[in-house]
Amino acid sequence: MAAHSRLHDPHAAEVAHQFEDPEQQREADSLGMWTFLVTEIMFFGALFASYVIYRSLYPAAFETGSHLLEVKFGATNTAVLICSSLTMVLAIYCAQTGKSKSAIITFLVLTMLLGAAFIGIKLHFEWFHDYAEGLVPGINFNLAKYGSGVELFMVFYFFMTGLHALHMVIGLGILTVLVVMTARGRFSPRYYAPLDISGLYWHFVDIIWIFLFPLLYLIGGRYTHGGH
Amino acid sequence: MSEHIVPVKTYLAVFVALILLTALTTGVAYFDLGPFNTVAALVIAVTKMLLVVLFFMHVKYSSGMTKIVIIAGVFWLAILIALTMADEMTRVWTPDPGPWSNPSLLLPFVSRLL
Repeated sequence: MAAHSRLHDPHAAEVAHQFEDPEQQREADSLGMWTFLVTEIMFFGALFASYVIYRSLYPAAFETGSHLLEVKFGATNTAVLICSSLTMVLAIYCAQTGKSKSAIITFLVLTMLLGAAFIGIKLHFEWFHDYAEGLVPGINFNLAKYGSGVELFMVFYFFMTGLHALHMVIGLGILTVLVVMTARGRFSPRYYAPLDISGLYWHFVDIIWIFLFPLLYLIGGRYTHGGH
Repeated sequence: MSEHIVPVKTYLAVFVALILLTALTTGVAYFDLGPFNTVAALVIAVTKMLLVVLFFMHVKYSSGMTKIVIIAGVFWLAILIALTMADEMTRVWTPDPGPWSNPSLLLPFVSRLL
């Protein structure tokens, strides 16, 4: 494959001129996306590092704050995101194996619906509810009832879940573009890089939530309260 | 990265494992394990991350170059957290910040810096 000359490659049009062959191009695409994702690790990493410091300074307040969140919504949303990751890999699988456009689009749209469901659950059952309960620092926070330590926890909660939700919204935008590109027949088993690297992004956002769920919802265990 | 098509069966197995681990991490939180509640939560989260990275993100089949870039990123994150904590936990000379929302309590802090 590597020794394949562009001149003899019937699919050369799908390979940008700086690359030898599709394999080298795929390698560069994936490496470039991973480099971006590493900057995202550091981006979220600053929040995780400050979370660790303040949780170690105020363990009791973080536990109290965590118990104000509803585990059932956090767990449901984790499952919703895992389902969306599955539909995303299946969309890419369909492109790799040359399945029909409609198969790829079906899985992409399913991924978008699951992503939208995640944001819907977050907004409707959690954030609006938190607002009504006076748990939103700076906007509506009942300091007399919850105390300043819980307020600090809620700052972390809204910053981390908010930044995550922003990534989800951007992901939905990317998926919309992918649906249009698929409908226009831009992808084939020889070329599906946009699907591939968008998949990396989507799974990365999933991984962030995999850490946010236990770190925000499950602090100190739930045995004393038995949930809500 | 040589093109490697992962069979649907593998994806489904990883998916089932991720759902089961989510149920496990939620279930474990209802048992009193003391400090091990946090340990269990983190071990399960890291396991789930590895499953997603290796199979859904195809890193198991990626080139060594890509793997090194990812490991470097995670290593850098470890430095960020470990050195920040090492600093924070050995600062016997800094006063406890107290309630963070009360600016007047930060004044002794600020005057110390000036």
